[in-house]
Amino acid sequence: MRRFSAQSLIWALAILLPVAVLISLVVGTVNISLSDAVSTLVGKAASSQTETILFDIRLPRILMAIFVGAVLASTGAVMQGLFRNPLADPSLIGVSSGASVGASLMIVTAGGFIQSGALVGLSLVAVGAFIGGFAATLLVYRLATSGIGTSVTTMLLAGIAIGALAGALNSLLSYFSDNDMLRQISLWQMGNLSGASWLKVSLMGAVALLLMLLFPRDSKALNALLLGESEARHLGIDVQRVKRRLIVLTALGVGVSVALAGLVGFVGLIMPHIVRLAIGPDHRWLVPASALAGATLLVIADSLARIVVIPAELPTGILTALLGAPFFVALLLQQRKDV
Amino acid sequence: MTLSASNISLHLSGFDLLRNISLEVEAGQVTAIVGPNGAGKSSLLKVLTGEMPPSQGDVSLNHRPLEQWPLLDRAQVLAVLPQHTLLNFPFTADEVVGLGRIPHKTGLAKDSQIIAEALELVDASYLQKRFYTQMSGGEKQRVQLARVLAQIWQPSHLGRQFLVLDEPTSAFDLSHQKLTLDIVRQLADRGVGVIMVLHDLNLAARCADNLVVFDGGVIAAQGNPKEVLTEQLIDKVFGVKSIIAQHPVTKRPLVIT
Repeated sequence: MRRFSAQSLIWALAILLPVAVLISLVVGTVNISLSDAVSTLVGKAASSQTETILFDIRLPRILMAIFVGAVLASTGAVMQGLFRNPLADPSLIGVSSGASVGASLMIVTAGGFIQSGALVGLSLVAVGAFIGGFAATLLVYRLATSGIGTSVTTMLLAGIAIGALAGALNSLLSYFSDNDMLRQISLWQMGNLSGASWLKVSLMGAVALLLMLLFPRDSKALNALLLGESEARHLGIDVQRVKRRLIVLTALGVGVSVALAGLVGFVGLIMPHIVRLAIGPDHRWLVPASALAGATLLVIADSLARIVVIPAELPTGILTALLGAPFFVALLLQQRKDV
Repeated sequence: MTLSASNISLHLSGFDLLRNISLEVEAGQVTAIVGPNGAGKSSLLKVLTGEMPPSQGDVSLNHRPLEQWPLLDRAQVLAVLPQHTLLNFPFTADEVVGLGRIPHKTGLAKDSQIIAEALELVDASYLQKRFYTQMSGGEKQRVQLARVLAQIWQPSHLGRQFLVLDEPTSAFDLSHQKLTLDIVRQLADRGVGVIMVLHDLNLAARCADNLVVFDGGVIAAQGNPKEVLTEQLIDKVFGVKSIIAQHPVTKRPLVIT
């Protein structure tokens, strides 16, 4: 049996997320008391140092975690529905591997400019990652689309092929890079939210908002697609158009988040899966609940990333996997016991 | 008002799957298709439901070419139950049946009433909150049947409705086979045109107004079961010697092999 009704899970997460945000505001290398944090937020700064830490460092970073988490988990839910595979994830369409190559290429070729060469405030690495991710998705989509439509199976296989190719290119780039570049590449691949600026946050926020506004339109279509493509067509759904729209939105969402925060793994694969175990596969609830759960997980993971090795920080991507994987295994074991 | 195929042919990678088929599925009647494996029965259903465009010929629904129907309108008058549905996500039975209400805007209260009634009709009320992934083959097939019934539960202003069933009874026990035939008859009495592929000649003889016998991509015979089912035809099409008797109660033909 399902453990929660969809509404109660969404309410629980809607309470949990602000709590996580408050905790995340006060922890870090410098501890700030909760009362100081709240009074600074409402405009009565306790000290200018507190103000700087909260507004320039922690708040953008937390918002970034919320938006990236929401985008990764909701696109994960959408891709799992579209591919009719509960273990699909957004990287299946090639976006992450493509982004990875784009970022490595920038690090290796433009290494010297990275610190100085800000392009509209965003680093060259981010631009490279975004272009790489989008190009790979486009390639995968083209490979899988013929006159009769887009084959989901071919798309899965094309995604794997492009992923392998990207992996090889990445290794090649690593092989030719020096120690410093190697470190940058691997740090980028671990996923990190520490570079969040207000510009990046606004960009990520705009993308997250767009996805949250557009996904609900297709939630019934996704439910019907779980039956199969021709069954969905017989229920009046323009399958090809829905597929194209969802793939473009996913490539945009994941592309931007990978570009701005690197490869934060696990959230897109396992958060929707956990939410589905709890409330069932109805996408009208699954997609928003996954978004909330992903946001909450990433805020918690990022807070931990800041405090486990004070005064240094861990990349957030390591924490998401460390936190989520055991939880997921526990859920699987629990489910096995129930059946 | 009909679902009709006129002179359709279907060629696929060098094979002639259908050759010059003309068929009218009348609203308010039950049309049953029988024939050996690979005779083209499922291909015909695919062409009739717009899943595959015919290589030649036309398909029309209520006197309008099928491809000119907007998908959403078409879903309100044409419901299709495929032979197999691969659903491996843990929807409950009432959620699966609820998918049949997607083309309609009748509101949540009306929809849940229809879902409950459809499940009741196929003897699956007890499955309502059970997970589809944990049901037996026959239970799954009944839930899917309820889904397509829910899709055409109410008459449509877009014209007469049609229900296409591909081997709806393949996983059913005797009582559920009979239940399915009763449901199909009720629908026809309500004005719905039903076309279904069946393997059991006696089931087909019992329920069909129009019996279509397929063989090698062409129609070997069609019409009233009493006229169509002859010992020569069954020998020719299936290669099986048989005796045609009369059912003592229904007076329908009874094929004894």
